[in-house]
Amino acid sequence: MGKYILKRILIAIPVLIGITIIDYAIMCLAGSPLEMLQGPRVSEAAVEAKKIALGLDQPVYVQYFVWLGQLLRGNLGYSMKSYQSVSSMIGSHIGPTLLLMGVSLLVSLVMAIPAGIYSAIHQYSKGDYAVVTASFLGSSVPGFFLSLLLIYLFTVRLGWLPSSGMTTLGTEGGAADVAKHMVMPVIVLAFSMAGSNIRYIRSAMLEILQQDYLRTAKAKGIGHFRVINKHALRNALVPIITVIGMEIPVLFGGAVIIEQIFSWPGLGLMTMSAISNRDYPVIMGVCLLSAIVVLIANLITDIMYALVDPTIQLD
Amino acid sequence: MISNDTDRKFMKQAKGLRRKADISSESYIQTVIRRFRRHHLAAVSLIVLGVIVLAALLAPVIAPYDPNEIAGPFGGAPSKEFWLGTDQIGRDVLSRLLYATRISLLVGVMATVISTVIGVILGLIAGYFGGVADMIIMRFTDMVMSFPYILLVLVAAAIFKPGLWNIILILGFVDWPGIARLVRGNVLNLRETNFIKGNIVAGMPLRHILFSEILPNTVAPILVYATSVLALSILDEAALSFLGQGVQPPEASLGNMLNGAQSLTVLTTQPWLWIPPGLLIVVIVMAINFIGDALRDALDPNSGR
Repeated sequence: MGKYILKRILIAIPVLIGITIIDYAIMCLAGSPLEMLQGPRVSEAAVEAKKIALGLDQPVYVQYFVWLGQLLRGNLGYSMKSYQSVSSMIGSHIGPTLLLMGVSLLVSLVMAIPAGIYSAIHQYSKGDYAVVTASFLGSSVPGFFLSLLLIYLFTVRLGWLPSSGMTTLGTEGGAADVAKHMVMPVIVLAFSMAGSNIRYIRSAMLEILQQDYLRTAKAKGIGHFRVINKHALRNALVPIITVIGMEIPVLFGGAVIIEQIFSWPGLGLMTMSAISNRDYPVIMGVCLLSAIVVLIANLITDIMYALVDPTIQLD
Repeated sequence: MISNDTDRKFMKQAKGLRRKADISSESYIQTVIRRFRRHHLAAVSLIVLGVIVLAALLAPVIAPYDPNEIAGPFGGAPSKEFWLGTDQIGRDVLSRLLYATRISLLVGVMATVISTVIGVILGLIAGYFGGVADMIIMRFTDMVMSFPYILLVLVAAAIFKPGLWNIILILGFVDWPGIARLVRGNVLNLRETNFIKGNIVAGMPLRHILFSEILPNTVAPILVYATSVLALSILDEAALSFLGQGVQPPEASLGNMLNGAQSLTVLTTQPWLWIPPGLLIVVIVMAINFIGDALRDALDPNSGR
């Protein structure tokens, strides 16, 4: 087991280095920061001096290592727009995003796990078809369209829910107010995730139901209820862990669009405004951060997988 | 499949005894069609998608107005003259919808083709040659997959100016890792089968083994996976264009037709501007997903139903 975990971590290291190289390469592709300076009123000499000050006269690989060194010290660079450090910007925006993502993940699992298991147990029944069809609807509706429909219904027509921000302006806020603002973004994120999760859990559960140990359990005559709840459910933990691991990158991506629509003051909103301002240090800082989070999430998933499923081959 | 031929015939005959006798003599294609038709939703989806594709292809013929010309009142409600109303600057929504479907389908199909070709080539190389090539390709795949997909696409769209062909290329170049992994896994399995080993022992040229023996045997899962890539590409194009980073106006795409709904007046008072394109995306993507699901079942040689 220890060997397997060590091997997974060793594989992750070159991927992590590769991620930083890709991230740096995209940033270089995006153009040099000097372009911002150029203009009729800036002399050649001033540009040249700035170039040396920023270390841009050195070869690319040297610049990369300087950047990497800064990165290891927690310095992700500075925003071209607000001159704030990228790490402090991320620090001040990550809370709302984690809150939104965590609640959405939880809600989607609460919807998907019972639905997927029910669907598998009653395969080819009317209920199964209904669940599967609904799950296809979930993964076919664009998040932004669902958001617009919800805003139209709950904000414009019924006036029940606020459609933007995290707290009502000019008030203290408080948990109830935040929860009210969170309802619609959470529904949108959870609904689209639940779609694929239901089908994944269903097919994993179908596979489990065909296993020999379940046939044995049934043959012992311990009753349908105990077969499902004691023997099948425990083994369904493995696909559920996989689902959580798979959803982390989806959550990061989905949050960008959903936060933009609902003006949720998180990383996604910050990234979208950085994208429209072409503020590359901020964009690439977020990209790097999310890629590392995804990598770590995958690593943890693999390790959990090995811990939960004793039959998995650890070669 | 070829190596399992005798097995399959045997299995089918065994089933034939339980069911109608004529099933045992049908070809693989007939089996696929029979199994596909049992999925009623997929069969309906195929018809719906066919109608939509036809309408999109015939847009220049059937569109009542020029999609980019001012034809009527500003923001007019649906009427006899303009079935789906007119937009803020008086263009006919129905005509724009037809042309938008054309663009969105084009983006989806082209992006899928590009990513499938890249994924298949990389997957074949990684799976067949193994060793260093496999390690490099798979680690690169891991890297690309670590970046949240939509973020990568948004960044690429910000760097290379948004526009129809850039969006196609960006989606195509970001979408391939899943297919590469799938093909690699299948090739690894196929390489252990006797008919491929036989080919290698017989000294068949590499080109023949890769493209005439291995590839045809992994087409079915690729096709199924490609349908989901197609669905995702259409969704992503819509999301990008909705955010203003995709297909640029005046050219209409299903996503950028929804862009106007970000303004409160359009959202509240002119639902004919944003509900039809949104619904059309849902219908197209759902039809593709249903078809893909039915194909998965129909093409699976082990499904045995």
